[in-house]
Amino acid sequence: MASTDTAGADNGSLPELAAVYWRPRADRRSLTRSGRLWTLSTIAHTVPFIGAAALLTALKPVTLPVAFILLAHAWAIPELYAARGANVVRTLAQAGPDAEQRALGLLGDLLDHDARELHGRTGLVLERGCLGVWLVAQAGALVVAPGGRRVYCYCVKATGADLPSADRTAHLLLALRADEIGFATVANLAFSGACWRLRRRLCATARDALTAAVQTSAVAS
Amino acid sequence: MSRLIRMDQTGHTTLVEWTAEDPAAVQEAIAAFRAELDQGYYAVVSHGEGHAEQVRELPVDAPLVILRRPIAGG
Repeated sequence: MASTDTAGADNGSLPELAAVYWRPRADRRSLTRSGRLWTLSTIAHTVPFIGAAALLTALKPVTLPVAFILLAHAWAIPELYAARGANVVRTLAQAGPDAEQRALGLLGDLLDHDARELHGRTGLVLERGCLGVWLVAQAGALVVAPGGRRVYCYCVKATGADLPSADRTAHLLLALRADEIGFATVANLAFSGACWRLRRRLCATARDALTAAVQTSAVAS
Repeated sequence: MSRLIRMDQTGHTTLVEWTAEDPAAVQEAIAAFRAELDQGYYAVVSHGEGHAEQVRELPVDAPLVILRRPIAGG
């Protein structure tokens, strides 16, 4: 009766993993591999544009305007990817004020003073984990890898559209705390890249939270 | 006093409160706990920063048991 039996097939793993049974469980190595693949993919998207722009300019200087258009594409593609990453920390529509207040109280009970203060300023919850330093939002989370240079943005949310915003964050935070590896496996990777690339696409408050996560990550590693 | 709460559209709802020394209250809490799990909720006991535990049986001695909805990649 008083036992704390764990759920899921593995000890302590998230039950939601059953819905993504085909995915290998994430770990630091797979995260690093995903980051490199993401970088390679970005290079593969941009280098042809840069190469074509250089070639056109060299062969026919009169095509310089076209070369500028190609360079604009080479610039825009990584920016669009970063914007997609920044989108995971967007805020959603709020519920009624009473519900929001109650949800905020519960979330506050789950946090220590520093995390509560950061959430009050930025709306994001900072959580240290084995994969890095997480920032948990309402409909996603990002993790700053040890060293504070690379960030991984995940799209993940609680099911149901009627939850107060703080409850959405609390759902993700509790799942993350219960099984960080499972959380990173269930969530969909939306972006991976340098922190500075993501920072430019974030709002000012989210930038503050990212700065705190990068500093925490740099100190921890 | 232990509490079983459910995160829902109201912020959260306290479903039942009990003490380990009150068998009737414990039985009521277990029944409420199982009913929520049957509805698709997952139960978590938070142990502070970085630590929480998924539970499938009611931990009678835990001060706070939280029921959450499933999460999914967006």
